[in-house]
Amino acid sequence: MITMKIIVCIKQVPDTTEIKINPVTGTLIREGVPSIINPDDKGGLELALQLKESHNAHVTVLTMGPTQADAVLREAFAMGVDRAILLTDKKFAGADTLATSSALAGALRNLEYDLIITGRQAIDGDTAQVGPQVAELLDLPQVSYLENLEIKPNNTFLLKKQTEEGYQLLEAEAPLLVTVLASAFKPRYMNVKGIVEAYNKEVEIWGFDNITVDEENLGLKGSPTKVDKAFAKGIKGAGEVYEMDPEEAVGMIMRKLKEKYII
Amino acid sequence: MELTQYKDIYVFAEQREGIIQGVTLELLGKARSLADTLGEKVVAILAGYQISSKAQELISAGADKVIVADHIELKDYLTEPYAQTLNQVITEFKPSVLLIGATTIGRDLGPRLSARVKTGLTADCTKLEIAEAGHLLMTRPAFGGNLMATIVCKDHRPQMATVRPGVMKKFETDTTRTGEVILLKVNFDRNKFRVRLIETVKEGKGKIDITEARILISGGRGVGMDGMPKLIELATTLGAEVSASRALVDAGVVTHERQVGQTGKTVRPDLYFACGISGAIQHLAGMEESDFIVAINKDKSAPIFQISDLGIVGDVNKIIPLLNERLKK
Repeated sequence: MITMKIIVCIKQVPDTTEIKINPVTGTLIREGVPSIINPDDKGGLELALQLKESHNAHVTVLTMGPTQADAVLREAFAMGVDRAILLTDKKFAGADTLATSSALAGALRNLEYDLIITGRQAIDGDTAQVGPQVAELLDLPQVSYLENLEIKPNNTFLLKKQTEEGYQLLEAEAPLLVTVLASAFKPRYMNVKGIVEAYNKEVEIWGFDNITVDEENLGLKGSPTKVDKAFAKGIKGAGEVYEMDPEEAVGMIMRKLKEKYII
Repeated sequence: MELTQYKDIYVFAEQREGIIQGVTLELLGKARSLADTLGEKVVAILAGYQISSKAQELISAGADKVIVADHIELKDYLTEPYAQTLNQVITEFKPSVLLIGATTIGRDLGPRLSARVKTGLTADCTKLEIAEAGHLLMTRPAFGGNLMATIVCKDHRPQMATVRPGVMKKFETDTTRTGEVILLKVNFDRNKFRVRLIETVKEGKGKIDITEARILISGGRGVGMDGMPKLIELATTLGAEVSASRALVDAGVVTHERQVGQTGKTVRPDLYFACGISGAIQHLAGMEESDFIVAINKDKSAPIFQISDLGIVGDVNKIIPLLNERLKK
């Protein structure tokens, strides 16, 4: 690799930890919920920027979304990426994970890369599907749940993948797609100079005409899954609630545990 | 796509080092009830090396048929050999439904496979049912557990879904059940094997699995750093495991593998003690299916009291040591 080219795919998401439920109607209160770079994706940006520093890599950031998603690309500029592309088109609307992956793969076909980085999953969907699906559509090997990446002298990637029991050490050559964990790559802060410059940099806007993909695979039409219905979670009927001193409380708990044959 | 050619409920039988994983048995239990509703069969797909002897275990847990792919290339999980195996099963056998555990393996394999066969995949389902028209209704939490959505995949097959460990109930094991075992010869395309396994390292964190615990003593912000030893003592007395909400995990008091909730694990123990946990939606999403929930919290308006079976408004740091003392007697 002369100059390693990295593309990081990021998503703008509502900060789901800030979403509240209207206790009367049981519906989501979306107003005032801030939009952020999805945390795992931000970890991916950090990994890319570390490789920029250590290996002089060139970093492009790619996002798909409405024009407001420009904000996350500016933030990525402020963190230090070299190029930013916003993928936006009415034809992409209503996409499930596979149709989203088709659009992203369509854009990636028109870009050069040695390494594609995505977050493991997005906090608004938690599906963890887009990374592996993009890898499949581009016929790239994948390593998900990435905790660490090293480049060996012969340009082989040494990859640490998290598992339930510990980790796997894997090896692969470029080009490769990895999905990373936020917990493994603590993102840097934007620097002041970066923030100022971020607003003078050009975000490239790409639509359907800029990418290589069969239109059949995009948007609602290209989505095998459909939402049949969405609903607020039925709240289970509350049991008994008592305000009592510790002595009484312990007595009450003991009685209940006996009734349930737990003790 | 001729949908009527596709039938039966298939389960990817995840194994690690030859041990069938708990989530596989849970999926077989669910597959059994779905298949019975449809009048179809349950088929398990078992991939591994020197694994054939495990087929009966899957039949005992509810499978009518087991397709075994036994090959050295399948000894340890790697994306491509497994994706090729499952892809061949789908092409040759035409499953109507394919269920996969939402583990680090299933969440790596599922999407890769769904993109290969160009079908839909619904992640982390908490409920699976058959619609009157015969298709699968897949319900899952969305927006960080704030909403539920029912997803359908009407025009593509197989209808694929992943389910987290601990969400479905196992079928009662019956070792006298009999079933058919089919050996599959996989036609590997080794040119695509581009990721090599150097080593698998266990860090012992697999020893704690809060999804398997019958009783969980769970701590939240109200317990704080100093209260945790008291919960551990109570857990020891009751033969329980300790778990926590995100607050204590973020504070570094408890490790991530003990976290209950949307970004942690889903649990359904017989008894769940929510100690000083206010009950953010992300937390409730991971524990509300518990059989019996005892909540102790200072704040009587805490949302946890809306789902608890027994709620105590009081000081958890006084009640827990006292309870432990009484139980020891």
